[in-house]
Amino acid sequence: MTRYIIRRLVIAVPVLWGIITLTFIMSEIMPGDYVDALVPPNLRLEMGVDEAQLQRLRESYGLDKPVIVRYGIWLRELILHGNLGYSFITGQPALQEMAQVLPATLQLSVVTILFSLVVGTSLGIISAIKQYSVLDHLLTLQAFVWISTPGFVFAIIALYLFSLKLPLFPTGGRAPLDGPDNIFVRLHYLALPALVLGFEGLAGHMRYARASLLEALGADYVRTARAKGLPERSVYLGHAFRNSLLPVITHVGLSLPGIIGGSFIIETIFVWPGMGKLGMESIFMRNQPMIMAMNLIGSSMVLFANLLADITYAWADPRIRYD
Amino acid sequence: MVDTTATPADAETEARHAVPTQMSPDALHTMAEAENRFLRRFRRHRLAVIGVAAMALFALLAILAPFVTFHDPNGIDLTVMRQAPSAAHVLGTDPLGRDVWTRLVYGTRVSLAVGLVAVSIYVTIGVVLGGLAGYFGGRVDMLLSRFTDVMMCFPSFMLIVTVAVILPPNIFNVMVIIGLFGWTGIMRYVRAQFLSLREQEFVLAARCVGVSSGRIVFRHILPNAIAPVVVAATMGLAGAIMTESALSFLGLGVQEPMSSWGSMLQDAMSLPILQTMPWLWLPSAVAIAITTLSVNFVGDALRDALDPHMSLG
Repeated sequence: MTRYIIRRLVIAVPVLWGIITLTFIMSEIMPGDYVDALVPPNLRLEMGVDEAQLQRLRESYGLDKPVIVRYGIWLRELILHGNLGYSFITGQPALQEMAQVLPATLQLSVVTILFSLVVGTSLGIISAIKQYSVLDHLLTLQAFVWISTPGFVFAIIALYLFSLKLPLFPTGGRAPLDGPDNIFVRLHYLALPALVLGFEGLAGHMRYARASLLEALGADYVRTARAKGLPERSVYLGHAFRNSLLPVITHVGLSLPGIIGGSFIIETIFVWPGMGKLGMESIFMRNQPMIMAMNLIGSSMVLFANLLADITYAWADPRIRYD
Repeated sequence: MVDTTATPADAETEARHAVPTQMSPDALHTMAEAENRFLRRFRRHRLAVIGVAAMALFALLAILAPFVTFHDPNGIDLTVMRQAPSAAHVLGTDPLGRDVWTRLVYGTRVSLAVGLVAVSIYVTIGVVLGGLAGYFGGRVDMLLSRFTDVMMCFPSFMLIVTVAVILPPNIFNVMVIIGLFGWTGIMRYVRAQFLSLREQEFVLAARCVGVSSGRIVFRHILPNAIAPVVVAATMGLAGAIMTESALSFLGLGVQEPMSSWGSMLQDAMSLPILQTMPWLWLPSAVAIAITTLSVNFVGDALRDALDPHMSLG
């Protein structure tokens, strides 16, 4: 087990380096630098800044140094000080900016993931137990509908139906601008975006749970359990579920990055002040350091989640360790 | 094939026949299971047939766009702004007085073209990189696989949006951007197939009789690895159409005056329009959903038919 974990970690190191380097290369390719943000090119005359001053500014920020030196500085700052640069818009450290919107995204995504996991897995189990019944077909069909409808289309339709035609939910935001603010009001604001995201994620969990339970139900040990006369209940609870839900746990691990990263379009549509909306705004404002910080954090999260999923799986299923 | 020179070709034919097929033997199934399989196939088939029909319909609409519409897709007419559906304008008009049905039909062209080109780009990248990594193995494999790992870690939509902001928004860039970031899954799959196939007897036999590397790759290995790539490409088509609509919805994709389903949905971001003028956004929302749904049906049926091992049930 230890050897397996070490091997996975050793493979992860060059990937992490690749992520960091690719992020740097992308920020190099993006047009404009910090000085352009301080003194927008079209306002140079009005601000009374000439070329020499721009040059001095670039020197003071180290932007005149060769690419390779800046890469070195960037790596040093990142690794030693966890410095991901400063937002062009607010001047705050990018990491701090992200930390400020994290709670909103966490709140939305934890509810979302719990919903899609519980409902999706349950539907998958029902679908597998009643395989090829009308119910199974209907459930599979609805899963297809969720997979095939882009989130923003679904969000628009949900807004139309449940905020405008039937004024059940607010159209956006995290809490009312004025008026009462308590947990019920918060949940009321949370409901629509969480449901839209939850249904989007539901289909994946459902199909996964269904396939994996069906596989377990076809296994020899389930046949043995039936052959020795165990009641169906025990066959499912004691034998099939335990083994089939292991891969589902891995699947949950893989959805971890989404918890932190939020959803770009859905958060934007529902004006939910989280990571997704921040990312979208940063991209549209060409807020380069923020975009790069988010790319870096996002992809590192994926790497970490993959690692965690692999290790959990190996821990739960000893066969994996000896491949 | 007219290559009948000598032993290599014979050996090749022999070797090809030795390829193990991936179908499981039906003989092992009991009556009940066979019936279940039939039911399942039937259901899958029916949905897939509907899917194919819908795709054909959309393709026809795209090709015959000028003949099934009666207005200029970009013809601005400020006397008929935001009109509800009528005999003259079947699906009403948009804020510039353009006919919604016409723009919807021309939007089909954009969606299908972007989807097909983007998927072709990434299937090519995936197959080439995967083939190289799997066939040569060793250091080449190590480098390409780690690069793929890195690319897989980036949240693809964020990456796509980031690049879309840098490049000037137009239909060609949208195709390229979506094509550049979708190949990782296919690369991994093709690599795994190449790794296992190159060690199999029929490939060794071909190599023993002196068949060239290129021929081994294209005649012996690739045909055996292609079925799941077709499935992935079909599913990818649905994904690419969704991504294009999302990009255009955000204003980063196809630009005015060219119409795209995604950009038609932008109107829905204004709450009064969303509430009182559903003809402006509902048709494109439905079009996107139906297109991706039918493509997914077809992909799922293909997966069932081509590769039972990949099936999700």
